[in-house]
Amino acid sequence: MTELLLRVRDLRTYFVTEQGRGTARAVDGVSFDLHAGETLGIVGESGCGKTVTSLSLLRLIPEPPGHILPGSFIELEGRNLLTLAPKALRAIRGNEMAMIFQEPMTSLNPVFTVGDQIAEAAIVHQGLSRRAARARAIEMLKLVGLPDPETRVDHYPHQLSGGMRQRVMIAMALVCGPKVLIADEPTTALDVTIQAQILELLNRLQDELGMAVILITHDLGIVAGTVDRVLVMYAGQVVESAPTPELFARPLHPYTEGLLASVPRLDTPHPRRRLHSIPGQVPAATAWPAGCRFHPRCPYAWDRCTVEEPPLLDAGKGEPASHVVRCWLLAEPARRTRQP
Amino acid sequence: MNLRATLALLGALALALFVVGEARRHAAATPARRRFFRHRPAAWGLFVLSFFVTLAIAAPWVAPYGPSVTLEIVTLKNQPPSLLHPLGTDLYSRDVWSRLVYGSRVSLSIGALAMLVAVTVGAVVGAVAGYVRRWVDTALMRLVDVGLAVPRIFLMLMAIALWQRLPLALFVLLIGLTGWFGTSRLVRAEVLTLRERDFVAAARGLGAGPARIILRHVLPNVAAPIIVSAALGIGNVMLLEAGLSFLGIGVPPPLPSWGNMIADGAAQLATAPWTTLFPGLAIALVVMALNAVGDALRDALDPRREAEWDTDGATL
Repeated sequence: MTELLLRVRDLRTYFVTEQGRGTARAVDGVSFDLHAGETLGIVGESGCGKTVTSLSLLRLIPEPPGHILPGSFIELEGRNLLTLAPKALRAIRGNEMAMIFQEPMTSLNPVFTVGDQIAEAAIVHQGLSRRAARARAIEMLKLVGLPDPETRVDHYPHQLSGGMRQRVMIAMALVCGPKVLIADEPTTALDVTIQAQILELLNRLQDELGMAVILITHDLGIVAGTVDRVLVMYAGQVVESAPTPELFARPLHPYTEGLLASVPRLDTPHPRRRLHSIPGQVPAATAWPAGCRFHPRCPYAWDRCTVEEPPLLDAGKGEPASHVVRCWLLAEPARRTRQP
Repeated sequence: MNLRATLALLGALALALFVVGEARRHAAATPARRRFFRHRPAAWGLFVLSFFVTLAIAAPWVAPYGPSVTLEIVTLKNQPPSLLHPLGTDLYSRDVWSRLVYGSRVSLSIGALAMLVAVTVGAVVGAVAGYVRRWVDTALMRLVDVGLAVPRIFLMLMAIALWQRLPLALFVLLIGLTGWFGTSRLVRAEVLTLRERDFVAAARGLGAGPARIILRHVLPNVAAPIIVSAALGIGNVMLLEAGLSFLGIGVPPPLPSWGNMIADGAAQLATAPWTTLFPGLAIALVVMALNAVGDALRDALDPRREAEWDTDGATL
């Protein structure tokens, strides 16, 4: 494997809710590694802790009410981000580790030109002069494929379409050449054709710049096309982690199984059947179920699942720990009887 | 009034008309400017303001005499308005028109400078309180509560009691430093909503520090309410200045301000009303103009007003 860039161990981000109605355990013990040049996908329903995980990586969780628990560990090339002073942390944000936000419509400042906003990170981190930063901004706009960058650089966000704005957001995130790029649902606000363009662009830029990407999405179609390794999250935990082809060929966690079954397909034998859905919804983060957190919605659940919380078990295929699953079915495979 | 002064006055009027005309000509360019002029009094306000600002800048040409030249203390005191003295003369035989013109310099600049101080302090305090939150917010806002609870006039009287005669710069500073409380409340409220916006989070994600975020990402987005409150605030400051000068604790005579001109003339209101009438009229005009422009700016800078105005326009 190539050089290890980011090591996350037992990340726990909790939020104290108002009036002391308990603690929301939004992210509850997430661990993963990210290597140079790799693309990691994090998937799951809304409320699973995907976004909180990505915000925690940059320590952008609003504190209070949120806090990252002391036992957590986020290490970027040997530096623990959780113990870094604010100034050193700011030197990393946008420079070594950058983030693309969900909403291109609202993530740009309406009163500045897009050129100014792209140039800002270059000025903050690399001490570029205004003129040089502007030239850099034009270069970045060219890189992300915005037509006519010399004029666009002086445009305000409201003069651009959604897809253009998302390209600007990507340009902002990439202007300092980060080693790790976190893309939090970069295409949810865009229509499908633009979505494909943006994903293609991200792939191309990743090849050109050699950075590692964490792609957060709830769209398994995106994952299949672009991601090397998938992390399936449920209720603040990783429930399954596997290389992409392996996960699609052999989903082991019932949740992953359900997610894959819910994807509309053109090649199913019964095209007129109702689309599959996982019954119920993600429980509130203040009260995760005891035992396996998925058991109230799991078609296989038996009494063990309601009391004992499963650890991440190795599925035993390929390299050790390359496919891990948080499910008791791995210990008692005979119980996998009914197909969901 | 001599030829030079008359010509200069006509020039000032022409310039003010020209400013309004130009502004109107460009008004169709953006929706904001269209909204500004849809406010009918706004054009009048703009005219009055540009007229008085021109007077203030060109005072030496427009005024036939110096501000405190006593012409002939026996024969020319308390003369009613005439061709030679268009607004009459006062108790010390000074030309009221000349004093009014020079007084516009003092009154307008006190208004503008004091408001500049107030708006700067108010914007910074409000932005810091709203952005940082926690105990900083609590401390600053309690300070604002105290500031709003203590009447300004008493602070002024206290300052006079301490220093006898206040230098003009200190007077302006004092007005400014007692006038920022409202602005800071306004800015804080805006910042509270702005800080939750995505682009502020994005800026933090790109490694911008708090000072940079406040100055570059938050304050420019609060510009509209700040400008409006400043425009309305200048009028208030001018009234305060006039009131304090009338009480004899503002601008020290013989330097003319519209407030102390009224004070000078108050004793002979019955025999020489023109000495108080005209400066009073000037104050009223400018304050009304500022309010009209402030109101129009509020409509112009707030895109949400668009729909409202459209329906109004239909019924008119």
